[in-house]
Amino acid sequence: MKMSPLNRLLLLLTGLLAAYQVAIGINGLDEVPIIAYTIAFGVLLVAGLLLIILGFEALDSPIVVIVSTVIPLALATGLVWQHLASFRTSYLIFAIGGFLAITLTRSIPMRGKLPIFVLALVHGIAGMTIFLLPSILAADGTMKPAFALVGLGGALIGLGGLLLSFLKAGKPIVPRQTILKILPALLLLMTICFVAGFYVGRD
Amino acid sequence: MNHQTPITNHQLPITTFRQLWTLTKPLQSGLLLTTGIAGYMSAHTPPNFALLLVMSASLFLAIAGSTILNMWYDHDIDAKMRRTQKRPNASGELTRAEIFRGGMMVSILGIGWAAAIQPLYGFVVFLGWFFDVVVYTLWLKRRTCWSIVWGGISGAMPILAGRVLAVGEVDMIGLLLAASVLFWIPTHTLTFSIKFFDDYNAAGVPTFPSTYGFDTTRAIIALSSIIAAASIGTASVMIGVQAGILRLLIVLSSGLLLLSFATVFRPSERVNFSLFKYASLYMLISMMLLSI
Repeated sequence: MKMSPLNRLLLLLTGLLAAYQVAIGINGLDEVPIIAYTIAFGVLLVAGLLLIILGFEALDSPIVVIVSTVIPLALATGLVWQHLASFRTSYLIFAIGGFLAITLTRSIPMRGKLPIFVLALVHGIAGMTIFLLPSILAADGTMKPAFALVGLGGALIGLGGLLLSFLKAGKPIVPRQTILKILPALLLLMTICFVAGFYVGRD
Repeated sequence: MNHQTPITNHQLPITTFRQLWTLTKPLQSGLLLTTGIAGYMSAHTPPNFALLLVMSASLFLAIAGSTILNMWYDHDIDAKMRRTQKRPNASGELTRAEIFRGGMMVSILGIGWAAAIQPLYGFVVFLGWFFDVVVYTLWLKRRTCWSIVWGGISGAMPILAGRVLAVGEVDMIGLLLAASVLFWIPTHTLTFSIKFFDDYNAAGVPTFPSTYGFDTTRAIIALSSIIAAASIGTASVMIGVQAGILRLLIVLSSGLLLLSFATVFRPSERVNFSLFKYASLYMLISMMLLSI
């Protein structure tokens, strides 16, 4: 499926927002959240550039499943490190372990449902963390209400990540054409939510 | 111009100018000019827009002049390659004499202007021209695939020239910036020589893939990408760019390195093409970031 100029523009805007977040939006945070958010938005930036260069063909690469896991895992780790001090180490171990598990189950040919199970589990936990944690923090007044936008971004990335991952796993939830049609807009919307949520929702 | 003879495309100045313009490879020259501007801005001296403007004009003319002269000499090679045979130098739309005159005029104007702005800046601009026209084009391009090293040194001169104009000397940061361009160029040209392998072979131009094979060429691409990224990173730290800009440079460099390693371990036409495109984008964005 050929990528339209509009979709390229949406991806360019996504890349610019991600670049802003890496360069400016995370200044002043602790070291680990800075590293985690740099990885998340950095992957988003490079992935956006490659999609612009190669078109949707870039999604045919087997690395897409792994890459689409890095973003939610890194974001969730950053959020937990910032706001759930008692879970820092355990979540970091989960993030690294989850990433390795997905990389392993994607690299070695396996029968059965283990690869799908690992994918759904890791994506599910990371996605729920990004969705629930900012929403709860905004609702209980710990953070400004606008911080809930990060949660909305989390819901969108969870959706996008699952769509892409199951598409790559050969078990698409919706048809490939539909996913490709909505993907650039979904990525932009998600990035707007994150950048705006982090910016407006700061203490 | 002889007004008694019938007017053809060759004799219309606007048409000739337009065709000469295509021979300057505007995108490539523009990218090299961007590196020159970045070199100047990297000094973070109080902005002198008038100086920046004349620097840009003189540098662009010198780069464009050397590119036109390269086209003048390589007309026979361009005529043999499918990718280039429609260029005015290969198709005969411009005569060799016209191209040579145009190239020399633009070169003299650019280098002369550069020397008038500041002698050391002018000398570095001249070196870039000399390495490109004399060493790379006239001497080595048809003899050895290693000619691209000299082409690379020539391509590294604009950023050094910009830096020299700003700080008044050749300093370590300038040399590191030049190294970053020098080692970025193989990433660009070698992926290109893999993509157009048959074209270069048909024209009899020695390239790394035809001399050392694809695997070695891909390994060199990966190695040069690492050195280019390291040079830009070191120069950025020495310049004292903000932490956020440094993070962004690390992210973009990681993309370059990943693609370079992908060409080694998972070689394909698609990976090669994406590295070629990404490398240009990487250089453009890196230069913009160094200017901030």
